[in-house]
Amino acid sequence: MSGPGTEQRAAGPLIRVQGVAVTFGDRRVLDAVSLDVHPGRIATLVGNNGAGKSTLLRVLLGLTQPAAGAVWRAPGLRIGYVPQQFAVDANLPITVRRFMALAGRVGAWRWQEVIDDTGVGPLLDQPLQVLSGGETRRALLARALLRRPALLALDEPAAGLDRHSQGALYRLIGGLRERYGCAVVVISHDLNLVMAASDEVLCLDQGRIACRGAPASVVEHPEYRKLFGPHLGPETAVFPHDPHAEASSEAATRSRAAGGERG
Amino acid sequence: MDEFFLTALAAGIGLALATGPLGSFVVWRRMAYFGETLAHSALLGVAIGFLLGINLNLGILLVCLAVAVLLVLLRQYQRLASDTVLGILAHSALALGLVAIAFMEGLRVDLMGYLFGDLLAVMPSDLYWIYAGAALVLGTLAAIWRPLLNITLHEEMARVEGVRILPVHLAFMALVAVTIAMAMQIVGILLVVSMLIIPAAAARAFARTPEQMAVVAALVGCLAVVGGLAAAFRWDLPAGPAIVVTATAIFAAVTSARGALGQR
Repeated sequence: MSGPGTEQRAAGPLIRVQGVAVTFGDRRVLDAVSLDVHPGRIATLVGNNGAGKSTLLRVLLGLTQPAAGAVWRAPGLRIGYVPQQFAVDANLPITVRRFMALAGRVGAWRWQEVIDDTGVGPLLDQPLQVLSGGETRRALLARALLRRPALLALDEPAAGLDRHSQGALYRLIGGLRERYGCAVVVISHDLNLVMAASDEVLCLDQGRIACRGAPASVVEHPEYRKLFGPHLGPETAVFPHDPHAEASSEAATRSRAAGGERG
Repeated sequence: MDEFFLTALAAGIGLALATGPLGSFVVWRRMAYFGETLAHSALLGVAIGFLLGINLNLGILLVCLAVAVLLVLLRQYQRLASDTVLGILAHSALALGLVAIAFMEGLRVDLMGYLFGDLLAVMPSDLYWIYAGAALVLGTLAAIWRPLLNITLHEEMARVEGVRILPVHLAFMALVAVTIAMAMQIVGILLVVSMLIIPAAAARAFARTPEQMAVVAALVGCLAVVGGLAAAFRWDLPAGPAIVVTATAIFAAVTSARGALGQR
């Protein structure tokens, strides 16, 4: 046994969450959740509104303290975080370039690499406040990557984007894992769009992990079908992460669509 | 008159140098009411200063620092620092200060001086304190500039990136407290926050980076001090309000010029 997978497992998880519960007042938003975040692996959290996806991500990041259970984070773990909400006061004059530079000093080559990978080049001299939702997400992603994170945490990166942009974004994220070797935890709000590049999909329902598994197998899970089945329309797609596979992605979409109608 | 004028000018410029950069953060962080609350508590500091027989500026500084820490902690642990809580604290602190001063027998206090400032009563020896305060504010602000800017952009993102929020917040609030103690004699409790907000707001039109805005805000503040003091001497006006009116005039001119040029 050799190869990157074995090495990564030998290094142990980046974050280990065991039996975590979170309560807001009387409401239990997470209950008995256990999860390991492994180096270089992509985990996708899906679930309906209020299922506890964002809270679980916040627990992973240390932004929310659990009422019960244990959270362990690898010492010195560098995390790149792309929050869902990002609004800067109109009175703060700041360009995308400066915003990225605030992440810390980096070499010119890395700077250029990140700009090429995220496509923020044309935005660099724009004020942060004039960016569209998708552009803001890209700027945040670029800043997160500059820090060379061991873990990239994305809170609904596709929210508010149209289907085409969502697909492009998911392919971008899949590609980033390959190029930067970082682990990715991503929240997907659109149940019909789950990245094929995910190593593990975790379905949350009312604060519990209802089912988990590889993307191809988890959609066959009875719990997944029970939870999300009715939402699965003909557009159901599992996006590949290869940016050069646009055409085959379309084909996959079509064949899935056909499968969806059959089942 | 020359010495009065020059002393007042030096004091006002010392203050403006500190309030420009600090005020920029107050604007970006939408903390005007926060500053107002600290300023209103300053009168309580005067009362406590008299009561303990200590230097009044020290009394003001201690009370402002205490209220600043209280506000940071309230925000940290209770998520309560809403308009309502700030409003309650601000006005009860002001009322408490007024009541406390009224209770002190044999104490003649120039209330107008505290509320609206008495720049012409500034002694040359006060300048040391003002410039020491300004140096402290600017030096500390430079030291926490990057983490504070990151917190201002997105607090939780900064936290995930490893910025320790609480010490930076406390340092920033302490700087606001120091500035208010400095500014009280110059523009008074009720006008202190204007020196933080108005120059920064006027500077926004010229700035392409946060640092430019901070520097231009300091310059606008200095300009307001020079103009306001000149008007105060020329027409025998109260100096603090004259400075604030001048700052507002600069802000209005800049904003309408920007509108006329069709910029954002």
